[in-house]
Amino acid sequence: MDDLMLNQFLLLAAILFSIGVYGVIARKNTVMVLMSIELILNAVNINLLTFGAANRDVAGAVFALFVIAVAAAEVGVGLAMVLIIYRNRQSVDLDDVDSMRG
Amino acid sequence: MVAQNIFFYVIAAGMVAAAVAVVTTRNVVRAALYLIAVFAGVAAQFILLAAEFVAVTQVLIYIGAIMVLMLFGIMLTRGRIGRDVDMTNDHWWVGLGTALLLAAVMAYSLVNRWGDDALPADRQVNSVGGSNTATVSDSIFSQYLIPFEIVSVLLLAALVGAIVIARKDR
Repeated sequence: MDDLMLNQFLLLAAILFSIGVYGVIARKNTVMVLMSIELILNAVNINLLTFGAANRDVAGAVFALFVIAVAAAEVGVGLAMVLIIYRNRQSVDLDDVDSMRG
Repeated sequence: MVAQNIFFYVIAAGMVAAAVAVVTTRNVVRAALYLIAVFAGVAAQFILLAAEFVAVTQVLIYIGAIMVLMLFGIMLTRGRIGRDVDMTNDHWWVGLGTALLLAAVMAYSLVNRWGDDALPADRQVNSVGGSNTATVSDSIFSQYLIPFEIVSVLLLAALVGAIVIARKDR
C-alpha cells in the first residue's frame, strides 16, 4: 500500500460519475442538472489524466484540456437556453418543459 | 508515498461527500458552493497525478469561470434565493438504482482489470527533462494543433450562439 494505485483514482472517478448520473436523472431544476453534468465531465477528466500518468503519455492531459474547453462552451450555451426557457415559461422546472413529450 | 496516499483518501472522502451534497441538497446556491469544493478536490487529485497545468486550468476555468456563470444562472432564474421545497422529482429512485448499478458494474470491471497496478513513481510524461507543462505545450502546438484550433472555433461559435439565444430584442 505504499504506491499510489491506478485503481484508487479510477474508482473515485467511477463514484463521481455515478453521483452525476443520479443527479441528471433525479433533479428537477435545470441548473442542477447542468451541475450534475459538470460532475460527470470532471470524473472523465480524472480518468484521462490517470491513464495518461499510467502510460506516461501526454495525450491524457491534452484531451483533459479539450474536455475543459468543451465543458465551458456547453455551460455557456446551456445556461443561455435555461435563461430563455425561464423567460418564456417563468420556470426552470424540467417537469414544466414537456411540450415535446411523446 | 504514504503521505500521498493519506492526502488522496482525505481529499477523495471530501470530494465524494461534497458531490453527494450537490445532488441531494435542496438549496441551489448551496449546491453550487458544494460543487466548488468538488472542483477544488479534482484539482488536488490532478496535482497528485503530476498534471500541474491541468490543475491550474481546472481552478481558473471551473472554479473561476464556470461557477460564476452557474451562480449568474441561478440568480437570473430564481426570484428569491433560499430553500426550495421540491428539488428532486418523483422518480428519484430510478436514478438511484441506475447510479448504484452503474457504480457496481464499473467498480467490478475496474477491480477485475486493474487489480493491483501501481502508477509509476515519478509520473513524468516528458522525455527531454523539462516539466510536464512544457511537454503539454509542445504537443498541443505540434501533434494536436488541428484539434486545438477546432476547439477555439467551437468556443467562438458557442459564445456567439449563447449571445444570440439569450438576447432580448427579437
